[in-house]
Parts: sequence; C-alpha cells; structure tokens
Amino acid sequence: MEIGPYLLLATLEGAVMASVLALTAVGLSLVFGVMRVVNIAHGEFFMLGAILAWYVTQMIGGPPAIGFAVALVAAPLIVGAIAVAADMTILKRLDYDPERTIVATIGLLYIIQQLTLMGYGPEARPVAPPFNTRLALPWFEVKEGALALYWPWGLSTTSYKLAVIGAGVAVLLGVWAMMARTRIGLVMRAVQADRDMALAFGIPVERVYAMVFGIGAALAALAAVLIVPISQAHYLMGADPLLLAFTVVIIGGLGSLPGTVFAAILIGLSDGIISVFFSPTLAKILATLLVALVLVFRPQGLFGARRA
Amino acid sequence: MLKLDRISAGYGAAQVLRDVSLSVSAGEILCLMGRNGAGKTTAMRAIMGLIPLMGGRVLLDGAEVSALPAHKVARAGIGYVPQGRGLFAGLTVAQNLEIGMRTRASPPDVLEEVLALFPRLRERYRQQAQTLSGGEQQMLATARALCLRPKALLLDEPTEGLQPSMVAAIRDVTLAMRAKGVAILLVEQRLDAVLQIADRVAFIENGRGGDVVPVEALARDRSIAARYLGV
Repeated sequence: MEIGPYLLLATLEGAVMASVLALTAVGLSLVFGVMRVVNIAHGEFFMLGAILAWYVTQMIGGPPAIGFAVALVAAPLIVGAIAVAADMTILKRLDYDPERTIVATIGLLYIIQQLTLMGYGPEARPVAPPFNTRLALPWFEVKEGALALYWPWGLSTTSYKLAVIGAGVAVLLGVWAMMARTRIGLVMRAVQADRDMALAFGIPVERVYAMVFGIGAALAALAAVLIVPISQAHYLMGADPLLLAFTVVIIGGLGSLPGTVFAAILIGLSDGIISVFFSPTLAKILATLLVALVLVFRPQGLFGARRA
Repeated sequence: MLKLDRISAGYGAAQVLRDVSLSVSAGEILCLMGRNGAGKTTAMRAIMGLIPLMGGRVLLDGAEVSALPAHKVARAGIGYVPQGRGLFAGLTVAQNLEIGMRTRASPPDVLEEVLALFPRLRERYRQQAQTLSGGEQQMLATARALCLRPKALLLDEPTEGLQPSMVAAIRDVTLAMRAKGVAILLVEQRLDAVLQIADRVAFIENGRGGDVVPVEALARDRSIAARYLGV
C-alpha cells in the first residue's frame, strides 16, 4: 500500500484519540479555569467511567447496544455525582485553596483507585461495542489522466470508531453551547472572571464549583465510556489519560477551552500518525518535547492569557 | 437603612477593622474617609460578606445581613462597586448587566432605566468589558450595581483616575440614586469631591471609627479632615 492510504488510516486513529482526549482534557481545563483547582484525580474519574460502563453492560445484559446506551448515560451521571460529593466533602472544606487541593486530589486519586481495586479487582475487562461494522475506505489514483477511486486491501475502519469521533465532536459542541449560550454558562464564566464579584452579585459560587467539578468528571467518564469498547476497563487505566490531558491543557493553555480542543486535536492526530509511521514511543517523546517548549517559550499555553 | 453595629473584620489572623459603627439613611450619602490602609475597603468587603466578620453585625432595613451567606447579601439589596471596578472582563457589557439584573430578578424596565442613565453603554452593548475605556468601565460597574435595584449602594473610589467629564457623569448618577432614596456609602479620597456630594462624612483611622460630621461642618472647618487624612 502506498503512503496516502496509510496516512488516512493513521489520521482516523488519531482522530479517535483526539476526540476522547479533547473530552477528558476539556473537563480538566473547565475545572481549572473556573475553580483554579488542579484536579490530579481527573484520570480516576475517567477510569471510574470505564469501570461503571463494564458493570452497567454486565447488569443489563441482552444486546450490547442497549447496555452501552444505558452506560453512556448512567456512568457520567454517577461519576459526576461522586465528584460533586468529593467537592462538597473535601475541596469546599479546604476553601478551594490551590495548593491544598492538589494534595487533596492526590489523596482522592489513591482512594478511588484502591477502592476500585478492592471492588472490581485487578483484571482488565472488555466492554462490547454497540455496533462494530468494518467499513472499507476508498483511496484514489490517477488513471489515464483522471482520478479514480479504488479500495486498497486493509484500508478500513469500524463504524464504532467513526461514531466515537462524531460523539466527541457533538459533546464538545454541546459544551461550547453551554458555556456561550446558556445562563449557567454565563454564571460559570462570571465566576471564572472574578469569584468575589460573582458572590457580590448573588451567584452561589460554591454551588457553581460543585457543579463544575461534577461536569468535569462527567466529561472524563463519558470519554472513558466511549473508548472502553476499543480498549478495556482496568483500575490503573486513569494514569495515561491524566498525563495526556495535562499535556493538552498545558499546550492549549490552562482554562482555555478552545486551546484545549486545539491541543487535543494536535496531540491526538500527531500521536496517531507518528505511531503508525514510526513508533508510539516517538509520539510520546515529541508530545513531551512540545510541552517543554511551550513551558519555556509560552508558559501560559498557546491560547492562554498571561496573568498579571 | 444600612447600619454597621460594632463590626470587626480582617484577613486571616490580621484584624483591620475594630468595633466600627456607622449608619446610612435612605436617600443619604455618607462618605467614608481615611488614610490608605485605614480599613475603608475592608469595611466595604465586610459589609458584602466577602471577608468574614470577627465581631459585630451589619443590618439592612433592620434585618441582619451579616448572618447571610455572602451571595445572599446582594440579593438582600446591597449593590457594590468595588475599587478597580471588578468587572467580569471576558463578558460583554450586556452580559455584565445581565448578571446584575438576575441578582434580584429585576424587571426588564430597570435595564432601560439604567441604560438611560448611561447611554454610552448602549453604544457599547455587545463589546467585551475589558475593551472599554476606564470611564466606560466605571459606568458599567455602576450600571451593573444599579441593575439589582439596590436599597443601599457601596461605592469604593468610583471616580479614581477618571477624566472630569466621567467624574461628573458618575457624580450625577450618584445624586440621582440619592434622590431615589438609595442609601449610599461612598469611599472617596478627594475632599473637594466629598464636599460637593456627601451629606455626612465618617472618618476612619487605623481600623477604628472616628468623627462623623455633617458635610457643612467639614466645609467650615477642614482641620477635622486634615487631622484624619494628614493633608
């Protein structure tokens, strides 16, 4: 197969990763942007989403599509509720102090991880995709001076992977619409701009914080439910998404949602393409190098505003 | 209308205000004066519940607002224009005003009244707050506070750094609010401005309440101000 079809394949794999990564990182960025809390436990909310998806699909049984559909709604809701409870019992008591909440969320990470190990066990378990039709992809060639489509052997993806990309885009558009077009988005942006003045204009800031923490965790859980049929549910699966989400928000700019989405696409696509043509390790090395360059030359991130 | 009853407040363990008592009646402008660091801004923030009281009470219309969570102080009817304006910088003029309107669920005609007071804001309605000039930002901060139909209004150095035409605009609106029966607590450094606008002046020194004098008495004898302000 020539290079073009490989590139298409790698781009599609990268787009799946970018989609899931964007959802996870937007949750992390939202929490930092509004609350100024660096949530080290964010990867564990991702992991909980995948584990809950496994539990829900096992409990529902029957055709995979039904269990998966229920998991897609239930897992983010449950994880969001757990995050709200963690906010009210831990972060609120620390008065959302930036330093102490870092330590607290490290503690939360270990609590969630160990409780999951105790309840779910150390096994990696698969979740069946709701649909998984293999789709052959066309490529083109120049034949007798004209473009002609053909179907290279091995150039294919699955309907589920395309659905993950679509779902990621749809949810991100939903998050954008919520922030830009709704009353709650306006309130969240007001709190982000000036916490004290938000209080001075009757906004219940602590309730907004709890909601934002819940939404951030729910987005991570949703990303995990989407990816778990492609990977597997495991109690240690939160570490990689956390690291990648931090990579993305550092490059995009902590608290900047457009920056986060841009960086997720950049990292996701480059990871997919470099992994296919070279090696996954090189992809990780280049992403880390990019983070280092951003930290040195533009510490506020590509889209972040420099703080006075 | 607005009463501070022996309030003490500060930041962490550092106490700034000690047993300060004041009252502002409806339709009155009380100016709070004192040197830098005397506790004027701390008093404003303590009234709004943005820093916890170490002692004392804040009452609005006889009801204790200091017992309320911070976000309910504004809902009780206290508008706040902080030093530095405190605008929601990334939001537009319209969105800043919307936040003010929602605080006490003001009817739409309140927004029209406020925009009539500040026609310049109507021209800048879809513009981000951070792109406005200093004077326009002050107008927006004041307009936003008026959108919640305040019974009491706290103005912390509202004319600081503004050009004379803007100072006059803010002064006119402040006087219009007084005429409507709003109790206004004003922090102002410039004695000449205070003499033009205030009904009474309360001095504050090292976090403790000092003399409270009618503005006419201060106009006759400026030595009182010199004693507290060192000018």
